[in-house]
Amino acid sequence: MSHYEAPIREPLIIGHKTYHDITEDIARPIEERAGKLWWISLYAALVLFIYGFGCIAYTIGTGIGSWGLNRTVNWGWDITNFVWWVGIGHAGTLISAVLLLFRQRWRMSVNRSAEAMTIFAVVQAAIFPVIHMGRVWVGYWVFPLPNQFGSLWPNFNSPLLWDVFAISTYFSVSTVFWFMGLIPDFAMIRDRAKTPWTRKIYTLLSFGWGGKAKHWQRFEELSLVLAGLATPLVFSVHTTVSFDFSTSVIKGWHSTIYPPYFVAGAIFSGFAMVQTLLLVARKVCHLEDYITMYHIEIMNIVIILTGGMVTVAYATEYFIGWYSGSRYEDFTYLSPGAATGPYWWAFWALIICNLVVPALFWFKKVRTNILATFIIALIINIGMWFERFDIIVINLSRDYLPGSWTMFKPTIIDVGVYLGTIGFFSVLFLLYARTFPVIAQAELKSILKISGETYKAKEGDEHH
Amino acid sequence: MSTTKIIYGLYADDDDLMNGVRTFMDKGIKINEVYTPFPVHGLDKALKFKKTRISDAAFIYAVYGVTIGILVTWYVMNHDWPQNIGGKPAFDWAHNMPAFVVPMFELMVFCAAHMMSLTFLARNKMYPGCPPQNPDPRTTDDKFMMEFVTEDVDAVKQILIDTGVEEITVKDA
Repeated sequence: MSHYEAPIREPLIIGHKTYHDITEDIARPIEERAGKLWWISLYAALVLFIYGFGCIAYTIGTGIGSWGLNRTVNWGWDITNFVWWVGIGHAGTLISAVLLLFRQRWRMSVNRSAEAMTIFAVVQAAIFPVIHMGRVWVGYWVFPLPNQFGSLWPNFNSPLLWDVFAISTYFSVSTVFWFMGLIPDFAMIRDRAKTPWTRKIYTLLSFGWGGKAKHWQRFEELSLVLAGLATPLVFSVHTTVSFDFSTSVIKGWHSTIYPPYFVAGAIFSGFAMVQTLLLVARKVCHLEDYITMYHIEIMNIVIILTGGMVTVAYATEYFIGWYSGSRYEDFTYLSPGAATGPYWWAFWALIICNLVVPALFWFKKVRTNILATFIIALIINIGMWFERFDIIVINLSRDYLPGSWTMFKPTIIDVGVYLGTIGFFSVLFLLYARTFPVIAQAELKSILKISGETYKAKEGDEHH
Repeated sequence: MSTTKIIYGLYADDDDLMNGVRTFMDKGIKINEVYTPFPVHGLDKALKFKKTRISDAAFIYAVYGVTIGILVTWYVMNHDWPQNIGGKPAFDWAHNMPAFVVPMFELMVFCAAHMMSLTFLARNKMYPGCPPQNPDPRTTDDKFMMEFVTEDVDAVKQILIDTGVEEITVKDA
């Protein structure tokens, strides 16, 4: 049997592991009692979540007049947060689908958590357009359902409707992809469950999986085809989100660069969030042997790449703003525009957080330093929020008529809903980290003999 | 009394298992089932499995999804209540089609992914709460198991031992 991988490649599993060790390591966070830190984090997240829930309830009860929107700036924090969360939800399926097609083995240690993050982020994203409808109870009108209201159909020419299809498909397909991958790992937890309740719950979740040879064959085919389907899906989702802007007639938005620019930005922010969460998870769940420095470094390299694409996109936008000779583009980008106008702080926050600071990853010392990675990833998360804020609020605040130029001030409800989604996201992720196998252990076992440290050392000896 | 027995051979290593599978296949002894904790590379070929057809099924589901997308956009936008929205009149489906690419694509992916997953579960006879299909819980951890239904117990046992089996269990069928 060939278990050969070039010795120059660093091992993906550190330490002298056996198959059983992998089982133990992945099952441990589920089987042990939660630590104090976990409980404190959960309570903090719950408080934020409940506060945000209250703000959402207030918005629905009072109307979106409770937000800081006005006649000029009619999209504000809501759509900023929506695009931010959708962007974050891009790394997971990219890691699991695109990297599966490219046969990147390092994805196996990180794909499960990245996908969980994707799904939880898309849940947060979906909250914003729904509550922005104002009358959420008629939200189902976005679907083409036969109805009693004359012929009330949605408008398929509208990018907002495309978005409904794109986001809901992305959410459900990502969830199915994630769940199908989880089945063999749930079965592993089921087969070593000690209490009857754990056994019952994981029996329910594992669908009777027994690891039969034919089932594995179908499983691998399923993963491959789902990856093939999910790959264009990843690119289509943020493309469609960018259509919300680029197919409009608003200056600064009406731009053909938006789809690739949004997709690159989404992957950039998604990987930053993966780093933020995984660096904590690997420490808390003791997964340092599986999520190694090599994994962290290679994800930082993806951040350099996508960050570079975003930088080029910013430069292009600016250049075209000048080159087009349009006076509307001019006062958005140039004369009293982004960099020196009243929103100069938001503009420079974007430039510093997204272009300047991530450029530090060009230095190997920085990108292989855990603390530096964690801080820079957080800064990118902030920078990418400002990117969406700048696109939406700076553009809108400089209307076509200087007489209607105005500023946007978020209310406490705006802030509350945003913090609430961060709380909700954290609650989901914390619960996930304690109940789900956070690493795709079955897949990981299949590369132990190829990329495990012990086996690589042996291979190396045999070849020299 | 029937002389047919079920034999379980438990291996500790995937390379030994592959070796065992090849030996049995060469000798023409039927292996009833193999249970492994992870997809062992090349096992399906060694067992002479045919290629699974669920990807062919996925293609049909994708075509179905696109068809639904075409029918819904045509019915809603061109047939039931055509409108002139923003100066873009709904003449016929072909002229309006570029605006429908996104929903059609999404419906294609939606149908293909979900229906393929359902086919996978149905073909494997898996459902929520289904009792475990593996006879030994260790096969989801680090052990590999071959299952035989045979009358010739001794021959099978001997090959299992020769190929480095760790544990043999014999049961009445």
